Amino acid sequence: MKTIDITVTRYDPENKPAPYDQTYTIPYDDEMVVLDGLNYIKDHVDGSLSYRWSCRMGVCGSCGMMVNGEPKLTCAVFLKDYPQGVRVGPLDHFPVVRDLVIEMDDFMDKLRAVKPWMIREQEKPVQEGEYLQSPEELQLFRQFSMCINCALCYAACPVYAADKTFIGPAAIALAHRYDMDSREEGQDQRAEVIGSHEGIWECSFVGECSVVCPKHVDPAAAIQRSKVQLTKDHILGLLWPWGKS
Amino acid sequence: MDALKCDLLIVGGGAAGLRAAVAAVDVQPDLDIVVVSKVYPMRSHTVSAEGGTAAVLREYDSHDLHCFDTIRGSDYLADQDAVELFVDTAPDEVLQLEHWGCPWSRDRDGRISVRAFGGMSVKRTVFASDKTGFHMLHSLFQHSLRYARIRRYDEWFVTSLLVDDGKCVGVTGLDLATGRIQPILAKSVMLCTGGGGRIFPFTTNGNIKTGDGMAMAYRAGAPLKDMEFVQYHPTGLPGTGILITEASRGEGGYLFNREGERFLERYIPGKMELGPRDILSRAIISERQAGRAFEDRHGEYVHLDLTHLGEKVINEKLPFVRELASKYVGIDPVYKPIPVRPVVHYMMGGVSTANDGSTPMEGLYAAGEVACVTINGANRLGSNSLTECLVFGGFAGEAAARHAVSSELVDPSRIQEAALREEQRIEQGFLHREDGTERISGLRGEMQAAMERGCGVFRTRESLLETTRELAALRERFADVRIDDRGKVFNTDLVAALELDFMLDVARCIAGAALTREESRGAQARVDFPERDDERFLHHQMSLISEEGPRLETQPVTITRWAPEERKY
Repeated sequence: MKTIDITVTRYDPENKPAPYDQTYTIPYDDEMVVLDGLNYIKDHVDGSLSYRWSCRMGVCGSCGMMVNGEPKLTCAVFLKDYPQGVRVGPLDHFPVVRDLVIEMDDFMDKLRAVKPWMIREQEKPVQEGEYLQSPEELQLFRQFSMCINCALCYAACPVYAADKTFIGPAAIALAHRYDMDSREEGQDQRAEVIGSHEGIWECSFVGECSVVCPKHVDPAAAIQRSKVQLTKDHILGLLWPWGKS
Repeated sequence: MDALKCDLLIVGGGAAGLRAAVAAVDVQPDLDIVVVSKVYPMRSHTVSAEGGTAAVLREYDSHDLHCFDTIRGSDYLADQDAVELFVDTAPDEVLQLEHWGCPWSRDRDGRISVRAFGGMSVKRTVFASDKTGFHMLHSLFQHSLRYARIRRYDEWFVTSLLVDDGKCVGVTGLDLATGRIQPILAKSVMLCTGGGGRIFPFTTNGNIKTGDGMAMAYRAGAPLKDMEFVQYHPTGLPGTGILITEASRGEGGYLFNREGERFLERYIPGKMELGPRDILSRAIISERQAGRAFEDRHGEYVHLDLTHLGEKVINEKLPFVRELASKYVGIDPVYKPIPVRPVVHYMMGGVSTANDGSTPMEGLYAAGEVACVTINGANRLGSNSLTECLVFGGFAGEAAARHAVSSELVDPSRIQEAALREEQRIEQGFLHREDGTERISGLRGEMQAAMERGCGVFRTRESLLETTRELAALRERFADVRIDDRGKVFNTDLVAALELDFMLDVARCIAGAALTREESRGAQARVDFPERDDERFLHHQMSLISEEGPRLETQPVTITRWAPEERKY
């Protein structure tokens, strides 16, 4: 069987103050993903290696890590594509809890901050049936509803790297998902959250977030569209201060 | 040892747990509710459900038809009062989730779409493309964020139930980030921890599905019901076990053997690919045994052919199937058939509950896959389980909230000793012990192999006895387990050991109940007892803890309007 070197950036806050590298040489085949490699290490070589994973089918969002310097879902990239060896580290721009486990608190707070729930002035009773929505209306936000909260986009984002108060790509995409939903009336409330911070204006068109997104959510598009909307609201507010649109 | 406190403690943040939390806050807005989960809620395994969620929403459909399909699918072991309640409540739950934002797929006229599913007589399965579970879970999770009264302890691993005077009064939890073990006291405790597919070597289930809630309830003295019934889904990818949704057959996919036959003609000509899962999984194994399956290094398989559906339908209705097959087996289903084989998917059995989610132990509730009400009996129909999470999650949340309002928190001094004992069990038994030679992965692999060999799709008395012996030996060897990781912070090695500990108990219950049920019904196929035997076995089997392992009792099946008859399709 072929072998491959997997170099893991490890961190053990109880015993060593600084992160360090450890290289494991393991057997592999063409069907193994990077996560399978980590599982091989954990099961057969070193049970102390810590990382998160569950579904191993690209939908639970747990196993995001830096793979040769790029944020990846480790269940979705194959060892065979790294014949020279692979380096695995915790996602950039997050505090590290242990080994490959990052602290998610800030990310979770940001998701909540954009009020990712249906906001309507009046709720009709369930007994009156569904809110009708055409396939075309669904299509307007569907893409933005596909985010698995893997946080790869934060690890890729130059603005978040410099300023941790930036609300960030996934949260803005989530806000946009609700804003674009034909059943929704909470756009103003979310605009307040997103427009209240400078971060969104610092975001260039580079779109690193969309490049690394494993689910093609395209948060960069959500950010640019939000900017346009915020600008429009601002100008309308200047022209008609008594009420927008 | 300081204790954390709340009114209602929900263990597990998947569809059932989150639905329960929202239901509880809706009926009791002042309640202090905590959802504790070993993962962030959006990682829960609900996320992997693909095909859909069943409810009677169309004029051509009826309450009685959904009931009958479910009961016939269960091979008459479902409790019919529970099924009627389930079918009655399902439409409102699906609509409620729509109101909370779930992006259900739509028809041209804007109504929620429905699709065909195995064992369902008409199209009644609501879906969100082929990521139904993902969208349901994220919609529920995001909706739950609006409630300040729903607090969360994310990444806490619950290790045991605390029982005082026969009542469940809290749990002990391991905070993964710090390694601290702490009691969490509550007036009501609800288990929503899902099933335990990881007991088997080849499963659609994620790594977190380790039967934790079932084992904790069993250890605390609550009965587990109908544990022998383990569902094999007919279509998993060879090698990984990744699920290829039943919706691929609902949308018109065919199953072929090596000789190019749609072999289901031999087994279930009336339903073909839309037959229930137990029958289809057995059919595939039978084709294997007859030498008509394909074979490669991952073993024997058959073909699921979607090529005739065309790229447009596949992209619109089954995009995730296309993504998964392309990525993990290198097959684009637009052009080539997908290799598939039966794979462990779901546990019909679980913690025995009444229709309101209450268990025989006061203060303890359960809902979702961990629970057994039972609407699923001996075989669950695809797309009933997501709805079950909503319906019974909701009922259980309300009942547990009411119980909490009328109860007092236990005096912390009364559980002090039990909590200390648990801390010692974990620290002395795993974390600080110096000896020990058995690797977790070794024992786990042997357990999984023993279950597949003796307690899989086809079972015999001999195979089950052998598996039971192997499990007993593994339990002894587990006492000698060694973990590599001695740290406090995010010790996943310790978690894996505790999960294996749980799985060994649940495995024992599955094999034990399969042995005493000397008949074939639904997912239980006994080669030595090939017929269903209503005279001896039209009852539930309850597994109760004892010194010698699980002790079995029986409980009658509730029959309301559908007298058991031969299960014909």
